[in-house]
Amino acid sequence: MPLPPDPARPGAARSFSLAIAGSGGAGVMTAGTLLLDAAARAGLYGLMVRTSGPQIRGGEAAALLRLGPRALATLDDRFDVLLAIDWLNLNRFGDEIPIGPGSLLIGDADAGEAPEVFVRQGARLLALPLKKTAKAAGGGWVNMVALGLAGALAGVPVAALEAALRASWKRSAEALAANLAALQQGVALAQGIAGERPPPLAAATPAAAGGARWLLSGNEAAGCGALRGGVRFVAAYPITPATELLEWMAPALTRLGGSLLQAEDELASVNMIIGASYGGVPSLTATAGPGLALMTEGIGLAVAAEVPIVVVDVMRGGPSTGIPAKSEQSDLSFAVDGLHGDAPRLVLAPNGIADCLATTEWAVQLAEALQSPALLLSDQFMGQSRAVIDRPAQAAVPAQRLVAEAHAVDYLRYADTPSGVSPMAIPGTPGVTYTADGLEHTERGIPSSQARDHARQLDKRQRKLLLHDYGPRWADIEGDAEAELAIVTFGSTTAAAREAVERAAAAGTPLRLLSIRLLAPLKPELVAQALAGVRQVLVVEQNHGGQLLRYLRSRCDLPGRPAGLHRAGPLPLRPGELCSAFVDWAAAHAESGVLA
Amino acid sequence: MNDMTDATRLSAADFKSDYKPIWCPGCGDYTVLGSLTKALAQLGRPPHEVAVVSGIGCSSRIPAYTTCYGFHGVHGRALAAGTGLKAARPELTVVVTGGDGDGYSIGGNHFMHACRRNLDLTYLVMDNHVYGMTKGQASPTTEPDWDNKLSPGGTGLRSFHPLVIALAAGANFVARAFSGDPNGTADLVAQAIRHPGFSFVEILSPCVTFRPEQRGWKDVVHRAAVPETDDPARAARRIMTDDGFNLGVLYAGKRAPYARTPAASASLAQIEQAFAV
Repeated sequence: MPLPPDPARPGAARSFSLAIAGSGGAGVMTAGTLLLDAAARAGLYGLMVRTSGPQIRGGEAAALLRLGPRALATLDDRFDVLLAIDWLNLNRFGDEIPIGPGSLLIGDADAGEAPEVFVRQGARLLALPLKKTAKAAGGGWVNMVALGLAGALAGVPVAALEAALRASWKRSAEALAANLAALQQGVALAQGIAGERPPPLAAATPAAAGGARWLLSGNEAAGCGALRGGVRFVAAYPITPATELLEWMAPALTRLGGSLLQAEDELASVNMIIGASYGGVPSLTATAGPGLALMTEGIGLAVAAEVPIVVVDVMRGGPSTGIPAKSEQSDLSFAVDGLHGDAPRLVLAPNGIADCLATTEWAVQLAEALQSPALLLSDQFMGQSRAVIDRPAQAAVPAQRLVAEAHAVDYLRYADTPSGVSPMAIPGTPGVTYTADGLEHTERGIPSSQARDHARQLDKRQRKLLLHDYGPRWADIEGDAEAELAIVTFGSTTAAAREAVERAAAAGTPLRLLSIRLLAPLKPELVAQALAGVRQVLVVEQNHGGQLLRYLRSRCDLPGRPAGLHRAGPLPLRPGELCSAFVDWAAAHAESGVLA
Repeated sequence: MNDMTDATRLSAADFKSDYKPIWCPGCGDYTVLGSLTKALAQLGRPPHEVAVVSGIGCSSRIPAYTTCYGFHGVHGRALAAGTGLKAARPELTVVVTGGDGDGYSIGGNHFMHACRRNLDLTYLVMDNHVYGMTKGQASPTTEPDWDNKLSPGGTGLRSFHPLVIALAAGANFVARAFSGDPNGTADLVAQAIRHPGFSFVEILSPCVTFRPEQRGWKDVVHRAAVPETDDPARAARRIMTDDGFNLGVLYAGKRAPYARTPAASASLAQIEQAFAV
């Protein structure tokens, strides 16, 4: 695939992209993780995406890093450095690790020829004695040589690299000394490279102590947001790429006095959290597409019985087992429409790793306030990538569920209130016992097949979601407020689209950007307001069928002739290619005198 | 929970709601409802401290016929919902109820894992060897040659043995009851609720509409001839070799129930410190 043109970028946005690759066991993920930590210590922001082959152990693996002076939520179009500890099967990363004429392609001098798929991209090829250097450094590891080399090339100070290594070290002091020596030798290798090379990042101000910055994955951020929202019970079944979210929450819940149950399957996990939430405890499960498919009957029960639950779907390539460890935004249609019956539900999508925290917290609050299931669409890219972010604002007060008071007179669990929200009796509360039911029911909760009761309860469940004031958080509206052309997107694609809009603006094409966080209920009047003055809309998403485009067209009157730019995973949509596409699309819709 | 109702003043009537059951006249489930309310009255916890959880089927209608907190969920998932509730709210008494189709067929996987997990909850299955609500199809406990419209001439499949499965999967209390013996059933249900861990009571409860021959069960049931055992091997032998109409506690084990949630040992702010650079 030919590389797209590289439009001019604002100087402040300069970043450094590097891939550290090798076969499993070579320690490339450790090197990448330490490099990201070191960059954070040195005051830089950064992002690290993990990619690997399908093997459970021992396959090819790469840590894809992007470092820079401002927050980064997407990879760049090409890598400044591809550093390979060995070349075993790395040709499989030909599409995932694009390099170019200005890049360095570095391999071990004893590891043989670099794969043609990289060589033909015109990068400067260097063979350096990585393994020999590690050996000479008293038995240090080759990935620590790689860490020193990569860090020095990117401009991360050696002191920060050493500090990151020391902080993570759990073995003997002798081994630490050898690896510090290996790291320093790696730095020396970088210093020995003569001639053309990508300029390193300028020195940043080291992060002050006290944790002004955080380093975490989107899965951890979502788990943390859930706890902030008040979740104290989780039931789940392991599934890639959601498992780390659960593994992070398990010990945290125990420490907070909550609990996590590993269920026998996703049918059980969703019904377990419904049972726990019926008991008054805010509850969550996390899964991916196949698990979400199994959970749909339970989610419908939560709609009908009005039990708040949060279901996190860390989206991966589908349908069926699909591509488990790679990202895609292809569960949107299923999330917004995939339940039987008329079943209003909340669907939210965080639009970056930092936002995984805030939006999951919000999802819990909304679920609790509206006694509704909330589906949260994260994805593998956000979930399994790690990023340096500004410390999130203090946790808000967890949402309070509207509960029934003891001995409330004439208590009706499903009372048809003006807001649609009716007080929920929590087991243990005397004088207000009731039976929660997935059968259609009267206001009291008695099963009913009467048309009047069905209509009344359907209206109530829809009304409570539609009448709620969600405030400005339903979407991020960015870019040029005067622009007559708008990009619309959601989820992790937002970061690439945002950067593309910035680059397009710098290149003379002003655009508006609408990233929708609350996907259901979607209010057409808010979309119309956000797009006021816009003539044409381009909907950008990472799936094959253009699901967001079709969804928006089914719910809203979009201006002009709405167009879609969608591509299935696993390759990410990259800011440079999006910028080129945006500029071309804008040119095609330019009215004389409006766009230069 | 703070409402300390005087236990001695609770009667079965305090646990019966005023909703009229949808069951057919003569259905065994009426007396099971009576036995359940009687057992709850015996135990002395007020209705609001008890949750009755069910799935879908004739017998799964039971929660709303009590004055307890009820949860009538989806088909086959009663044990999952009950497990979540008990894990999140261990101080409640949780009784999960349902039929043989709900519990052994669509919910079979949850049955096995609930036994294995051994939470302190009670599972009552009203077994009539038929799907009643969908009007007469074979369930896992139906005899292989029972002729019906969906499986003409019978399913040809051997019937499922819930008590052996429960025992093998780790249930801590296994009993068989008969709806036609309301006092005996009430007593077994009360024992099951009192016994720590996962307690399973299989209640033979005739379907007089689709299996009228089950009216004859009253003539063949009999009290277990030997006392209960805590030895799973002996219990297994007894259950495997009995005639299927042996009533009583067939196994009462000593396995510790699933651990309760520990008290909080950290604040969220302390946990979040791990993210700080």
